Amino acid sequence: MSAESTGLAVRRPVKKSRDRRHRRPPQLVTYTALDPDVRAPRQGWRIVAAKEFADYLSSVRFVVLALILGLAAALAVYTASAEIRDAARQVSGHPSLFLALFTIGAENVPAFAFLISFLGPLLGIAFGFDGINGERTEGTLPRLLSQPIHRDDVINGKFVGALSAIGLLLAAITLVVAALGIVQLGVIPQPDSILRLLMWLVVAVIYVGFWLAFALLCSVVLRRAATSALVAIALWLVLTLFSTLLIGLIAGAFAPLTADPTPAQALANESLQVQLGWLSPSRLFEDATSALLNPSVRTVGLVLPIQADRAITSILGFDQSLLVVWPQIVALVALTVVSFAVAYVAFMRQEVRA
Amino acid sequence: MAGADPTAAEPAEEAAPAGTPLAPMQAAGEAQVAIHTRGLTKRYGDFTAVDSLDLTVRQGEVFGLLGPNGAGKTTTILMLLGLSEPSAGTARVLGLDPARSPLEIKRRVGYLPDAVGFYAGMTGRENLRYTARLNGIPRVAAEERISALLDRVGLTDAADGRVETYSRGMKQRLGLADTLVKDPLIVVLDEPTTAIDPTGVAEVLELVRELANGGVAVLLSSHLLHQVQQVCDRVGIFVQGRLVAVGPMGELAEQLGGGPLVVEIMPAGAPTTAAETLRAVGGVTAVEPDERDPRLLLVTATRDVRADAARALAASGQPPLHLRRRGDELDEIYRRYFAAGEERAA
Repeated sequence: MSAESTGLAVRRPVKKSRDRRHRRPPQLVTYTALDPDVRAPRQGWRIVAAKEFADYLSSVRFVVLALILGLAAALAVYTASAEIRDAARQVSGHPSLFLALFTIGAENVPAFAFLISFLGPLLGIAFGFDGINGERTEGTLPRLLSQPIHRDDVINGKFVGALSAIGLLLAAITLVVAALGIVQLGVIPQPDSILRLLMWLVVAVIYVGFWLAFALLCSVVLRRAATSALVAIALWLVLTLFSTLLIGLIAGAFAPLTADPTPAQALANESLQVQLGWLSPSRLFEDATSALLNPSVRTVGLVLPIQADRAITSILGFDQSLLVVWPQIVALVALTVVSFAVAYVAFMRQEVRA
Repeated sequence: MAGADPTAAEPAEEAAPAGTPLAPMQAAGEAQVAIHTRGLTKRYGDFTAVDSLDLTVRQGEVFGLLGPNGAGKTTTILMLLGLSEPSAGTARVLGLDPARSPLEIKRRVGYLPDAVGFYAGMTGRENLRYTARLNGIPRVAAEERISALLDRVGLTDAADGRVETYSRGMKQRLGLADTLVKDPLIVVLDEPTTAIDPTGVAEVLELVRELANGGVAVLLSSHLLHQVQQVCDRVGIFVQGRLVAVGPMGELAEQLGGGPLVVEIMPAGAPTTAAETLRAVGGVTAVEPDERDPRLLLVTATRDVRADAARALAASGQPPLHLRRRGDELDEIYRRYFAAGEERAA
């Protein structure tokens, strides 16, 4: 230490290091030369998505879901076409007989659009509930993450892959239904009807995407696939079956109705119910469906008698119908994005090991 | 500091805890460094999983990271691969910072995780194909490489069967092939010999040796010392997040220090007279007969007295029939280090 106090000795700058154990004599390090041609793929998520998509198409769950949905859809459209024939005799000049195929139900047999609104979540849950925790239990996640892809490539790829499989399934079933209907009714769809149907398909995929993202979130947070499936299904039941009930209860608590409600009370209560409905994906999807698949629907939600008074019933074009439910579609996209964002963040923050 | 740029680290020597420049420098005669860490630390809340780890692994070397379960081996590996952020310290893998360029590192580092898993519904070959795609290897080159690797690990016949039909050992071998698909410069094997039969272990270790001979740096983590000691050029004993000793197998005992040196000797004549002779040797502090084998004498000394003891015994007409330094064996070293590690922690 004496040499140090003179300050004369030629020495490396010795710092008054608090943690002396880190001070080491300089060590010469030559790192391995790297081949610049060895590069990671640019879009890792595409590779993950392609693999997931191929996996789903050959999976048992895809076949089972396709069969169930296909059968239900065939039944729905068969009944609908019978109904339409009866109806068409009375009401000639229905805006679009072709689209009525998808929206008209019968006793005990729901319409195709309702079927999708009811079973769509199940589709999303079935494709997402074991997305991440399945990789964990199989022990493939550390191996996957040690490949030269970003961590978010895994969850992005899973989402895109599953949503593509869902889109394919929905499109195939819708096409089969349309074909059956054409055969049954002999109605050739107009371009307007085809546009409406395509748009409805896009909205349906977004709707299922919400549930897919939610199921993925469950699969990130919950370690066991069974738990994750149960939680996702529980929320689906609550939101789908009891949403009307829940909304009614909440609206009743914040905007109570008396035994003989004044118009103001009734309006407040109704408005609150409508607003709460914005949080329910199935409500949003049903609203969007009603306007997209029925050209004569001019508004969704609350309509006061004064507003409907002397309204001229007329048929809207595709663009006008789209405008009617644009807010609903945007809200649905927003819900899906939020749901996926939560799953994304949860996944990114998670440690690789349990 | 984890994200410090290697070139920026030099002027900041005053402040940086790891004052040594980490930038590539020319050094004559020194093997190229594959992995280099300084004060690498990982904390989870109050728990320190890895405590200021200094580690250097060179190309063509098999480095054994040995320690009990829960010592922080896997955590270290995850930090090296950029899959976990270090709380402090620096790591350089192939000269790159894992926190900043994880993809460049992962493209060149093959990692076999502990309890490796594969997609059960896909065949072995399909699983490897997926890995090849994730590494951006062109299709034709990948097919050739996959076939060659499957052959090398002896899975050619099972390659087109679903992985769900594979045994544990087959999965482990497929895992090895999987880490090699990307033609890595570094291979990190986490517990590669766990849960496979002795023949499988021998095959795995042979492959590891071959890789190192081919210039690959191998970082092998294990808690099964006997199995891996034969292939490791250097080992590090890793206990409770700390590296308590590093070096070639033979040098570890000297590094331990502190503890007395014990030599077991079997003299030709009567043990009692031999004991007298040995006590006269400089540095010997005690001579005791072994409890289990009365023919053996245990000589405790402050230095390595083997040569002197042998000379003294030979001079007195009782040449040693057997002379061995206790603690040379890995197992004993390991046990001692474990004890040392636990004492330090206490």
